[in-house]
Amino acid sequence: MDAVIAAQGLTKRYDGAVVVDGIDFSVGKGETFGLLGPNGSGKTTTILMMLGLTERSAGNVTVLGEDPMRSPLTVKRRVGYLPDSIGFYDNLTATENLAYTARLMGLPRSERERRIAAALARVRLSGVAGKRVGTFSRGMQQRLGLAEIIMKRAEIAILDEPTSGLDPQSTIEFLDLIRELRGEGVTVLLSSHQLDQVQRICDRVALFQTGRIVLMGPVGDLARQVLGAGFVVEVEAEGQGLDRRLAAVPGVSAVASIGQNRYRLTADRDVRPEAARAVVAAGGALTKLSVDEPSLDAIYARYFQVGSGVPREVSDAA
Amino acid sequence: MRREGSPWQGLGAVMMKELADHLSSARMRVLEWLVVLTAVAALYSAIGQLRDTTAEDPFLLLRLFTVQSSSLPSFVAILGFLIPLMAIGLGFDAINGEYNHRTLSRILAQPIYRDALLIGKFLAGLVTLAISLTCLWLLVVGLALLFLGVPPGGEEIARSLVFLIVAVIYGGVWLALAMWLSVVFRSPATAALAALGIWLLLTLLWPMLAPAIANVIAPADPRYAALGLPTPETLEWQQILARLSPHDLFGEAMLAVLSPSTRALGPVFLNQLQGAVLGAPLPFDQSLLIAWPQTVSLIAAVILLVVGAYVTFQRREVRA
Repeated sequence: MDAVIAAQGLTKRYDGAVVVDGIDFSVGKGETFGLLGPNGSGKTTTILMMLGLTERSAGNVTVLGEDPMRSPLTVKRRVGYLPDSIGFYDNLTATENLAYTARLMGLPRSERERRIAAALARVRLSGVAGKRVGTFSRGMQQRLGLAEIIMKRAEIAILDEPTSGLDPQSTIEFLDLIRELRGEGVTVLLSSHQLDQVQRICDRVALFQTGRIVLMGPVGDLARQVLGAGFVVEVEAEGQGLDRRLAAVPGVSAVASIGQNRYRLTADRDVRPEAARAVVAAGGALTKLSVDEPSLDAIYARYFQVGSGVPREVSDAA
Repeated sequence: MRREGSPWQGLGAVMMKELADHLSSARMRVLEWLVVLTAVAALYSAIGQLRDTTAEDPFLLLRLFTVQSSSLPSFVAILGFLIPLMAIGLGFDAINGEYNHRTLSRILAQPIYRDALLIGKFLAGLVTLAISLTCLWLLVVGLALLFLGVPPGGEEIARSLVFLIVAVIYGGVWLALAMWLSVVFRSPATAALAALGIWLLLTLLWPMLAPAIANVIAPADPRYAALGLPTPETLEWQQILARLSPHDLFGEAMLAVLSPSTRALGPVFLNQLQGAVLGAPLPFDQSLLIAWPQTVSLIAAVILLVVGAYVTFQRREVRA
């Protein structure tokens, strides 16, 4: 996998305060990468350094093989950025806003009109193309931001807090659009503090805390590493000695009884078929079988609980 | 190390967008009406006075700009106050407005340098000023033709065109100042107040302060005082200090260009006047020469202020 973004020891200090503290990461081509962490943990500053919009204090970052401080125009031409504030002009229409961006890029007029119409259609905003952006809802503005990235034909889309402030329906729509982008081979880098939403679309995530990356890797791997195992399977069944039977299932590391005829299995993979077979083989009556996907929320909560504020060594599970 | 690409990439796009914003803004409507009404008021009294002297004056059109009645200052003097107001109105929220609407980071994430945004906004403001002042100029010349019925001569037109150009440069000084303040202060209201404060200081208070400070630097010589004459050193300092204000520079340049009989803008010695026909008009090019230092100073002030705004803007963090 070719790395399209690579950072080594990236550091940003403001008046002595370290905002981003020597982070290393790389994002492969076509990957969806999540920068996760609470507000103020250095995600946006990292993004701004990747775009050359703020100067780094130390370290290195390359985007598409270019240094964003040395060749900002090349980088910014090939990278689309959607800030958390979105930032379209309220007094201009959707089309006018995109046309302004297109002119800043130096697109010829005919190309401009074609691309804008196509991009607005993609994000289902064609119907309001002539309306002023000030009248748009937050969700529509976010989609317009995505339309801008589509119009730019960016190779990398950087989205800062794209789902914050969206209602659940808009969030689902927006995440679908991001998935479509990824389907076209666009590398997506997004930051968020809403872990559960991001988890659904990210191939890999990096967890930020006070300017450092404390955890990095695919969500499943992180779960194994932090929660001990990735999957929690709940079994509700009537029968004798089921707990022993379930504990014998390969891959299961622990069985806990959580009520009458209810068991919780901790496993390193989805062991539902084996568990079902074990229950049936024991002559039990299976009434319910469910699996909890490993949740970033749980990982996050557990990690910082265990770490109790003391950052562990950066661990890359990838 | 050289930067990659052209700093002017996107300049035209920024300029056209800002120009469109300016020309369609409510602020612009207010400024236009302010200018037109004041111009009509000033011209009305001037034309009334001029009707009596039509036959005697070879530079009738120019007199229109400079004549003053007891109740109203001359058109040029009014413009000296109004142009800064217009320019400040156009520039005070140029950059901090982008911060406050949170549009700055998205715009700067496009493939342009900050140069293009700043210079584009400045040029758009300058073109807006130039458009309004040109309209005003046409209005004045047209009204003069209507009311006076005397067609202006070629030299008069040339001189009044120079007036127009210097007026735009003068506006540029205030526009650049307002834009600099819009980079320095995050709140447009603070930037506007600061700009208006500087404007008040330089146009109203400075003419009073300059003589006082000159007196401190070079106290009056009792020998000159005994003769009832001002001390030359004091006079010189007074002029140097007064010229720190763009308002004064504009006034001097206009005096030289619009009053053809102006021979010098400072104190002159009697021997310098030997052989001069006092009150006779200077040729156009000679008047230009007199106004040239003032004009260059105004241009220099524009450049300095734009550079100041540029340096401050480059060091600003994008994040609001």
